[in-house]
Amino acid sequence: MTCPPTILTERSKMDYEEAKKRVVEGLTKKQKTKSKFYFNDLVKLIGEKPRAAKKYVNRMVQEQVLEYWSSGSTSLYGLPGTGKQASAEHED
Amino acid sequence: MAKHDTPMLDQLESGPWPSFVSDLKEQAERRAKNEEGVEFQIPSDVCEDLLGVLELSFKHGRTHWKHGGIVGVFGYGGGVIGRYCDQPERFSGVAHFHTMRVAQPGGKFYTTDFLRDLMKLWDFRGSGITNMHGSTGDIIFLGTTTPQLEEIFFELTHNLNQDLGGSGSNLRTPADCIGSARCEWSCYDTQALCYYLTEEYQDELHRPAFPYKFKFKFDGCPNCCVASIARADISFIGTWKDDIKIDQEAVQGYIGGEFLPNGGAYTGRDWGPFDIAKEVIDLCPTDCMWMEDGKLKIETKECTRCMHCINVMPRALRIGDDRGLSMLVGAKAPILDGAQMGSLLVPFVKVEEPYDEIKEVIENMWDWWMEEGKNRERIGELMKRQGFQKLLSVTGIKPDARHVQEPRTNPYIFWNEDEVEGGWERDVDEYRKDHQR
Repeated sequence: MTCPPTILTERSKMDYEEAKKRVVEGLTKKQKTKSKFYFNDLVKLIGEKPRAAKKYVNRMVQEQVLEYWSSGSTSLYGLPGTGKQASAEHED
Repeated sequence: MAKHDTPMLDQLESGPWPSFVSDLKEQAERRAKNEEGVEFQIPSDVCEDLLGVLELSFKHGRTHWKHGGIVGVFGYGGGVIGRYCDQPERFSGVAHFHTMRVAQPGGKFYTTDFLRDLMKLWDFRGSGITNMHGSTGDIIFLGTTTPQLEEIFFELTHNLNQDLGGSGSNLRTPADCIGSARCEWSCYDTQALCYYLTEEYQDELHRPAFPYKFKFKFDGCPNCCVASIARADISFIGTWKDDIKIDQEAVQGYIGGEFLPNGGAYTGRDWGPFDIAKEVIDLCPTDCMWMEDGKLKIETKECTRCMHCINVMPRALRIGDDRGLSMLVGAKAPILDGAQMGSLLVPFVKVEEPYDEIKEVIENMWDWWMEEGKNRERIGELMKRQGFQKLLSVTGIKPDARHVQEPRTNPYIFWNEDEVEGGWERDVDEYRKDHQR
């Protein structure tokens, strides 16, 4: 059985710009309490399955809308230049 | 004269074992002399300051490192671990002291030329200090500054034909044993599979989207030289289905003392003449071996491929010809619930390109873990939390007696409706004929 065409179209139309808007707005809203986010947090904001969301997230990193933060064992994402890290690392 | 006094570190050198302090002092001296005229791109006194900050940490009883950061190479979310000193004025040589993970060659099979090229690059653009190898197998470069990261990455990928390894919530650098390249016990080509999956899953290796780390390790046989069963989220362990091949003449050769057991590995003291009953047959964990009319017999269906008899008498016993691998899931070092060994998921699969059956299992597991795993939860912990039955269900693998570790320890069997004839619906009147309310 195949999906009805309208559903397919709607799913593929969840385009990159929409995903980016959701992520940037979502992360900006939480800036007061948090500057680094797990991948799962981004998945929830985008509202797609993890593998589909990853494609958008990868592109956001490429376009420097997001940046990686890594402790070495765990990786997090954040909006560039946010949080204590930038100044603490003498890199701003 | 040393830049910093390090009395506590000096004391560490007094033991009988090789000392990293001595090594660091030697490297500090080498950089100070710089007989090769290297144009160091990071402070030449990095090693002195490293010793200094370590001495201070010993004195204070707490670390002076801040680890983690946004450093990395463009487009990669792993391979670089930011490290900064919280005393940058006092120890300016280690103000930035980032770690880079360089993927190790398959089976750690490299030439001295390759090592020289790596060290030439690392002496030039880093501290010259390495960790050979990290627990994931990577060649670890310890200590460089942020501006050097892209330069090192460019040189590695363009001129040394090598990539950065994995770190963070990524697929970590897959690790394998030397496999059929040098070992007659290898049941599959570990390097071929390790390399193939490394290439296939580049996105997972470099762009983090997992709840936590994920490790593949490949062992060619159940001797498990890379200890995949204890350390890998998925371990691929070579095995075979048919009989162990027995050369009865060689068995007699061992009994008669013509061949040394274990390839002569334990000849350091006199253990007396080789006793096949005591050293092989009685040690078989499943009692599947015996001598009959002067011949060694093995009941294959009882054998669990523990490898002991083959290790002791390699000339007489050889692995079978119907070879493949077993996949075990969920091993990890102790973090939350203590150490966990891998659980058998796929008892046997042939190892043939393009490895579709293997990839299907991996990808089904990842989909499950990415959706259901909590942040910083390893797949072995998810397996424990939701149950092995759930793992079987997401991978579409049918339960098998070999999945049972200890029979009759769990009295509960959870059936799904589609597994029960007639489902949950039933005719109550029919039921009441035999069962009173």
